[in-house]
Amino acid sequence: MEMTGAEITIRCLQEEGVEYLFGYPGGAVLHIYDALFQQDKVKHILVRHEQAAVHAADGYARSSDKVGVALVTSGPGLTNAVTGIATAYLDSIPMVVISGQVPTFAIGEDAFQEVDAVGITRPCVKHNFLVKDVKDIASTIKKAFYLAKSGRPGPVLVDIPKDVSGQKTEFVYPASVNIRSYHPQGRGDSAQIRHAAQLMLEAKRPMIYAGGGVVLSDSSAQLTDLVRLLGFPCTNTLMGLGGFPANDKQFVGMLGMHGTYEANMAMQHCDVLVAIGARFDDRVIGNVEHFAQVPRKIIHIDIDPSSIAKRVKVDVPIVGDLKLVLTELLEVLRASRQKPDAAEMAAWWKQVDEWRVTGGGLRYKNSSEIIKPQFVIETLHKLTGGDAFVTSDVGQHQMWAAQYYKFNHPRRWINSGGLGTMGFGLPAAMGVQLKHPGETVACVTGEGSIQMNIQELSTCKQYHLPIKVLSLNNGYLGMVRQWQEFFHGNRFSESYMDALPDFVKVAEAYGHIGMRIDKPADVEPAMKEAFSRKNDLVFMDFRTDSTENVFPMVPGGKGLSEVVLAEDL
Amino acid sequence: MRHIISLLMENEAGALSRVAGLFSARGYNIESLTVAPTEDATLSRMTIVTSGSDAVIEQINKQLNKLVDVVSVMDLSEGEHIERELMLLKLRAEGEAREELKRLTDIFRGRILDVSDHTYTIELTGSRVKLDSFIDAIGRDLILETVRTGASGIGRGNRILKL
Repeated sequence: MEMTGAEITIRCLQEEGVEYLFGYPGGAVLHIYDALFQQDKVKHILVRHEQAAVHAADGYARSSDKVGVALVTSGPGLTNAVTGIATAYLDSIPMVVISGQVPTFAIGEDAFQEVDAVGITRPCVKHNFLVKDVKDIASTIKKAFYLAKSGRPGPVLVDIPKDVSGQKTEFVYPASVNIRSYHPQGRGDSAQIRHAAQLMLEAKRPMIYAGGGVVLSDSSAQLTDLVRLLGFPCTNTLMGLGGFPANDKQFVGMLGMHGTYEANMAMQHCDVLVAIGARFDDRVIGNVEHFAQVPRKIIHIDIDPSSIAKRVKVDVPIVGDLKLVLTELLEVLRASRQKPDAAEMAAWWKQVDEWRVTGGGLRYKNSSEIIKPQFVIETLHKLTGGDAFVTSDVGQHQMWAAQYYKFNHPRRWINSGGLGTMGFGLPAAMGVQLKHPGETVACVTGEGSIQMNIQELSTCKQYHLPIKVLSLNNGYLGMVRQWQEFFHGNRFSESYMDALPDFVKVAEAYGHIGMRIDKPADVEPAMKEAFSRKNDLVFMDFRTDSTENVFPMVPGGKGLSEVVLAEDL
Repeated sequence: MRHIISLLMENEAGALSRVAGLFSARGYNIESLTVAPTEDATLSRMTIVTSGSDAVIEQINKQLNKLVDVVSVMDLSEGEHIERELMLLKLRAEGEAREELKRLTDIFRGRILDVSDHTYTIELTGSRVKLDSFIDAIGRDLILETVRTGASGIGRGNRILKL
């Protein structure tokens, strides 16, 4: 039977098992919206801004093992989506974005709402396509899903001109994909895996450093087995939180710029470092030269060869799917008669535990007068038992959430780590809540970030999404203020936001419940009430201490052991 | 160090811009870049001359391999290879210089393609070093126009980059 390109597009999404399509209509996608209207398998979520559509699809993908899907129109629809696409790209999130394009005959003529979508998105997608022939739609969408999900995941854009979505052809959905130029690695090299196992068994001061790749590849169980089998200390990156249970005694906390003292010191002073699905990002190891001062053997396991030896020299590179590599590594270790040297391990743990004491742990001075932001996160953790889905925006609140909410499971911590996109938290929470109806979804944000996509409160109303928004309102763009305090002589250039709205009224205007919390004693009762409202979105406006800073801190350009602790200032 | 990287990629619209975009986005050098379809019309062959430390060159190879449109990549400089570049030169050729220019062209095994009262247009093929030497020999004062294709490269003997 002949179908239009638009009908084919929607049929492809059905074939891929897409539950939700996050989008916003416009001229170039009218055919596709018409096809969408005439079916009920794929549910469309109408956002209020295209950026939010992409973040929602992103949150949906991060909290599940599925591909997030968004639909936007040409021109401004696409450019609005770019921030969301780049956010997904930097964090390797599987996603397919379908954009409308002006008709093929108008391309290149500066037509109304025309923009070179493939050109604009090229540096921030895994791959993209402009479909010029209706016969190619089905195979292109099949490829797009395959590319998005396989290998190192990432966003894929499919740009469909309006005339192409209107033309007809036979619908045939390909059963399989073969891209001759694309062969993601599966198993790792066995010899390298054995080499790695030997190094690990002989290590005196070993350290396991696991990143977002563990979460993305659903390898938490394998990682946890590995860490427990060997008895090594384990740290997670911001993206990897939940990949190893935070309540495990072998967990030394998050590392990096705002990581724990013990994690950073162990990272710096270990003799064998096992990097798993992590990429030695500048926010993670700080100054590369400083990091390289200490000789250590580095084993790096990653699906993407270009992540290996990009910033640091690696002794044992292993390219492959983490789940397969870790499984094989576990087999080799279990089969080995050798065990890590008990005396060396005891001495190393004694050192790590000393750092735990020296660093003083994550701490802040609580107050009965003014709400400390860390206290809000601790209360959130206490009331949700560490089992909530927590999304965040970007800034101080993000770091406090990462530090004080102890994630024991993967895919519960949803934040923009690579791009650092303010405005991510609320729309991402929408995607999470749709994927997990009935589960607690908390969006930790600030008064700055929330205003970058606050219009989505309207979407939440339309689709009855009972997200709990915890806004840590200190009247400042807190992380900017912190850097200005530390590095710019207290010159708080444009980091104070005057004329903030009454967020309670804003929430109410959108049909939700708003709460303003001023006193520390009210934090827990207010949160309890908010979480008891299972069917309502509750916006909690916590008025927090504007002078609070995030500690520990490794200043930009410094080495991991050049950390600033709370009492140093 | 200078490297010549050769690659096969899908002969599709936008493939060239993916490679060019990669180099500019990641701050890699491009000394020259040539591209044309192969005997298999679905494939283009590209030769990129670049330079950088070993670590940078390793990243360039990996990043090129990561592009979905790129079918295979070979760093020709890692082994025996042949490098050729075509240059077209328009020279001011007047009076006594005409004979001298013709002689030099012969020595470098170039060809005079076009002659006018005041100019010669010369074709010369060879390695970058040879073309540079020719320019030095002529002297910049006489050169009216220079057109160089950038290097094309191929492996020697059994070094073959093919699908």
